[in-house]
Amino acid sequence: MKIHLSHPTRDIELQGPKRVVDIFKELQLIPEAFLIIRGQDLMTEDEIVADGDSIEVRPVISGG
Amino acid sequence: MKCRKCPQRAVLGMPRHNTAFCGPCLTEFVRNQVQKAIKAQAMFSPNDRILVAVSGGKDSVTLWEILLKLGYRADALYVDLGIAGYSERSHEKVERFARDVAESCGSKLIVHTVEEDAGAGIKELATLVKRPTCSTCGTIKRYQFNRVAWENKYDVMATGHNLDDEAARLLGNVLQWQEEYLQKQSPTLPASVEGFAKKVKPLYRMTEREIAAYAVVNRIDYLVEECPMAKGAKMLVYKDALNRLEMESPGTKHRFYYGFLEKQKNAADSSNHSMTDSDQATLLPCETCGQPTTAGTCSFCRMMARAKSPTR
Repeated sequence: MKIHLSHPTRDIELQGPKRVVDIFKELQLIPEAFLIIRGQDLMTEDEIVADGDSIEVRPVISGG
Repeated sequence: MKCRKCPQRAVLGMPRHNTAFCGPCLTEFVRNQVQKAIKAQAMFSPNDRILVAVSGGKDSVTLWEILLKLGYRADALYVDLGIAGYSERSHEKVERFARDVAESCGSKLIVHTVEEDAGAGIKELATLVKRPTCSTCGTIKRYQFNRVAWENKYDVMATGHNLDDEAARLLGNVLQWQEEYLQKQSPTLPASVEGFAKKVKPLYRMTEREIAAYAVVNRIDYLVEECPMAKGAKMLVYKDALNRLEMESPGTKHRFYYGFLEKQKNAADSSNHSMTDSDQATLLPCETCGQPTTAGTCSFCRMMARAKSPTR
């Protein structure tokens, strides 16, 4: 699967399929600080990302 | 995961409420929470004119959208800080929202450009006055939002501060024991003296994640990119610490800030000295611009004088 991350902007690849919660664990990210978006749709932590999917891990925390 | 209100697939789990919502139910939930905040904190009524401070980020643009969807009379002010690249992109997001969504609701966007007013962008200005960029930015934004709201006779000024912002600020103030700042950390600040606009934070019941999810579900096009000046900001450290606690114990941020508001309310109820009394006793018009200040000349005018002084 292809994963787009921000701050800094970068693209990485992981072997799928994987549950969203396991992607968070693997990337060592706190779920409370991110959203997972596939296409234009949000994904919950129990959903599975297929190997051929592209997702965005979008940070939601701002510094102001 | 299923939505707790209908049979649809959930798009967001909300552990602090032990619930999950589909897109339409999340939208309804968020708008209800904002309406609840407006009523609980006596922020404004349907006839009031509101000025929303917008930056192009998720919170402020979403706040503007929600207020318009709830039928409020909300215009917006964007302050162009002159940060190369970032300001152009954030300005473009705000202009697009104004054109595509706000205009049809009879709402307008006001733009203030720092460089036109001060002769330099925020970064150069901070260097000139030898102050951190974020503190220079804060002084300018607070001053300009208040000035525009006051001069254009808006009843209230609204900002997109959310539960994470308020909990992180509270944590920072408590860690430093800055008790003088705690009184000012309320979702509603009154127009206590001539020259001060009333200030409100209608998103204080929502976390950043819930607001971002609302924005995605409702196709609100905001700037995901973080302000380059915010890198290393202490607020981000406090937010990270609170989010780690939140993962261990859902509802931590909520209990921390709501608990503070409850204590603040109890203290105000048992005191015969209000925030308005204390402001009226300590604030006088600035000798240069007339905005209220505790000093003879306000911090904005002192900063501008320093920036324009050849000796500095």
